[in-house]
Amino acid sequence: MPSLTWYLTLSAVLFTTGVVGVLTRRNALIIFMSIELMLNAVNLTFIAFSAFLGDGRGQIVVFFVMAVAAAEAAVGLAIVIALFRNRRTVDINDVNVLKW
Amino acid sequence: MPETISSSIANFRPELALALTFIAAMIMEFAARGKGRLTGAVVLAGFAVALALMPFSPAGPERIFSGMIALDPFSVFFKYFVIVTGIVIVLFSFQSQELRRDAPRIGEYFCFIAALTFGMTLMAGAANLLMIYIAIELVGISSYILAGFTKSVRRSSEAALKYVLYGAVSSGLMLYGMSLIFGLMGSLDLVRIHDVLARGHAITTGWSFATMMIGVVLILAGLGYKISAVPFHFWTPDVYEGAPITITAFLAVASKAAGFAVLIRFFTVMFFDMYTTANVRASFSGVNWNLVLAVLSVATMTVGNFIAVWQDNLKRMLAYSSIAHAGYLLMGVVVSSDSGIAAVLLYFIMYFFMNLGAFYVVMAVADKIGSEHIDDYRGFGKRAPTVGVGFAIFLISLTGLPPTGGFVGKLILFSAVVDSPFLWLAVVAVLNTVVSLYYYARVLRNMYLREPLDGDISPIRFRPAVVVTVVLFIIPNILFGLYFEPLVKWTQASVAMLLPGA
Repeated sequence: MPSLTWYLTLSAVLFTTGVVGVLTRRNALIIFMSIELMLNAVNLTFIAFSAFLGDGRGQIVVFFVMAVAAAEAAVGLAIVIALFRNRRTVDINDVNVLKW
Repeated sequence: MPETISSSIANFRPELALALTFIAAMIMEFAARGKGRLTGAVVLAGFAVALALMPFSPAGPERIFSGMIALDPFSVFFKYFVIVTGIVIVLFSFQSQELRRDAPRIGEYFCFIAALTFGMTLMAGAANLLMIYIAIELVGISSYILAGFTKSVRRSSEAALKYVLYGAVSSGLMLYGMSLIFGLMGSLDLVRIHDVLARGHAITTGWSFATMMIGVVLILAGLGYKISAVPFHFWTPDVYEGAPITITAFLAVASKAAGFAVLIRFFTVMFFDMYTTANVRASFSGVNWNLVLAVLSVATMTVGNFIAVWQDNLKRMLAYSSIAHAGYLLMGVVVSSDSGIAAVLLYFIMYFFMNLGAFYVVMAVADKIGSEHIDDYRGFGKRAPTVGVGFAIFLISLTGLPPTGGFVGKLILFSAVVDSPFLWLAVVAVLNTVVSLYYYARVLRNMYLREPLDGDISPIRFRPAVVVTVVLFIIPNILFGLYFEPLVKWTQASVAMLLPGA
């Protein structure tokens, strides 16, 4: 069985990929996908630590994170649709009525 | 008394009332579609019940729901604060013209006000990292929806998108921090984590130390986002400008207070040695967290105040002003002594009256003349004398000049900082106040010393309800500037927190 380090490294890589995606991509939907990646990296960390520590609470957190992430995605996509109806775009560079 | 689920529920009645209010409001919304104001009345009644139940809920300190939630005078204070703010916001919403355009959907709006308030009461008591996350998300998701409620308005849906993106990213960051802390400390409970840290082995060097630093900084990013501290503030001006103004006021007052409740509990319980007797609680985890927070505080107040100087939209100016106020409030967290935290609580009481008053006037004026631009306030003092005087008093109070509540709040906060080793912080804050005088006075100058651009000096007539509301907000602003003894006593009694070893 791979050691804890492997899991943590994988989740750190996933998390960083997610953060980079959020920072570089300009499509709101891709940004949401990157955020999901970040949250799943978090889940992996929690599960890995949970197994390592023999403490089930980490796994409980994962269920909460998944449920909340689903709710957040639903709201986020609804907002993207509302914006799309106004602007016909999901590119966040075009979302620029408000600045400074 | 050993805690059980049933004894926990007995101590959880106000929150339960809010949760039931949310459910009742949703059922109302399905049963009587289109009668949104009725849903609003249900929510208002639910808030009143929750408020009435507050005195019957014991003030601990006690742990309920397996230590998920702390019941202590500190959380009781913030619960009162958010429920009362919720009531005021619902009353504002009944008057708002901006929301009338979406009148058929207004029931949903009130549902989410209830959910938002429920989430903030949870934030006030959250004593476990999981509970903190869930409470923040409940508040977050409700406020994304509310910020974009007037979805046909372009800036509103844009504000909602920016809010949900920033919010989701920062909660992701915070969660990653929590997972690292969980792995390192073996617990999510703030009190247990404190015990691990207090024993102090293996955390001060090497990888563990680096991991802990990353974890706490990531959590700080999530909490800093909630209180709109620099550099996590970028969403604030956009969301505050784009959201319906009732929601802007709600976020600026209650959501910020709840964020501070979590931040204070997080640092005080986890990192600060509460047995030091000096005027500052020292952090003992090998990092000088006081200094980190002090840097954050200086950055927040300075950026907030300086950018506010250039704003021409009053909603946006008040957004930057609220960032600056978050900076002042952070000073109390830096000191983190009993007097520092009591000063934060007192400042929030004053902030409640001055900020809600100011937002209310901006809302009433926008409903009347359809603009939030500073140039449209030219001659406003003469065109609407009572409301004009009210607005002037709120702005003076926000600046912190006597004889207003804002002055007392700043005085007590600054004196708590002066008593600590962070004297320089108080000096920076005073200099910042001078900067803030400039942009508040700019509005006053337009109101009283300048003629309207279009030469229209006909009086603006507000409905009696508006004038009465403004007067109701003037009274505490002046009264608490002169007589604040009971408030000081109340806040000093409210600093008691559920602490390790208690």
